Amino acid sequence: MSFVSELTKGIIKENPIFVIVLGMCPTLATSTSVNNALGMGLAATFVLVCSNIFISLIKNITPDKIRIPVYVVVIAAFVSIVDMSMAAYVPALHKSLGIFIPLIVVNCIILGRAEAFANKNNVLNSIADGIGMGLGFTLALTVVATIREILGNGTWLNFKIMPSTYDPMLITLLAPGAFITLGFLMALMNILKEKK
Amino acid sequence: MGFFGQFFVLAISAIFIQNFVLARFLGLCPYLGVSKKLDSAFGMGMAVIFVMTLASAFCYLIFQYLLVPYHLEYLQTLAFILTIAALVQFVEMVIQKNSPALYKSLGVYLPLITTNCAVLGVAILNITPLGDGSRYNFIWSVLNGFLSGVGFTFVLLAMAGIRERLEMVEMPKSMRGMPIALILAGIMALAFYGFMGMKI
Repeated sequence: MSFVSELTKGIIKENPIFVIVLGMCPTLATSTSVNNALGMGLAATFVLVCSNIFISLIKNITPDKIRIPVYVVVIAAFVSIVDMSMAAYVPALHKSLGIFIPLIVVNCIILGRAEAFANKNNVLNSIADGIGMGLGFTLALTVVATIREILGNGTWLNFKIMPSTYDPMLITLLAPGAFITLGFLMALMNILKEKK
Repeated sequence: MGFFGQFFVLAISAIFIQNFVLARFLGLCPYLGVSKKLDSAFGMGMAVIFVMTLASAFCYLIFQYLLVPYHLEYLQTLAFILTIAALVQFVEMVIQKNSPALYKSLGVYLPLITTNCAVLGVAILNITPLGDGSRYNFIWSVLNGFLSGVGFTFVLLAMAGIRERLEMVEMPKSMRGMPIALILAGIMALAFYGFMGMKI
């Protein structure tokens, strides 16, 4: 497959959240505001691209039996880099994402792409796959966060967009709202898929 | 408060008030993925309780007696995930050797647990300072791991029970599978919100 098709497949056709349904924990937990969603999405994208490059480089010298521990170590190293850089440069975002930054290590999307794609493909295609999947993840997170932030807070990226008479539905910012929003979004995706 | 009083408070808060799945959003992949049948949900739940208890113990010891004395706290993510991966592999081998029947029922779920964020989550939460700046000691870390695992299993079984009956129900085609499971989880989370802010 060409570079471009590897890049675009992750965004819509094989979207990691809506279609493959991986990485649910950060999706639900960090989509309370668009700001958090973008931070989480970009952090995960960075780790995904770096680990895809590295794993595709070492795929020929990794013994098959211990490949999963090797992947986990590679991913954990990049996550530590992201964790420390975010703590240094964007402390407020780091604090609001909290435990979910170290938990990028166990995000199924990253290990899943390492096993399903970077393990078998060359470096260039792995970069494209990493960027595409990462952007797809970020996009899905942002869509969920947009709905939750507008309904629950009346704002989008901290800009007030709802009229001042709007009474915010606080429930969408809480745990139940996260589940229900994502549930309806997935049902919507199913309807769109059937129509095609 | 005596030991049992504190134990009771921790149990209520780990299982109901701060439930790992519904309040903290940890361990959602197995919660949505392995909750289609009651049998497999039970197997997964037991395996998670087991691994979470062991992981709490080992990660706490490694953090307290290896990382802190050498000022290597920044390696915690790497150290914990390696500990958990090794632990899961080890548990798998021991069970396979000593109890083939148990291995048959738990076997498929054990490798999945390495990437279960509830396990890494509880290990990190155990060493995170609480509100007053203190940390759990060894015994409370292990108990916290065990009770959080129980809380996870509790909602996993409830979900599996509902989803088994849901198979017979008529509903729009687009809602089948994942969407209805998520909305169900939302309603369960709403019920668990009743416990929020409860002070014992």
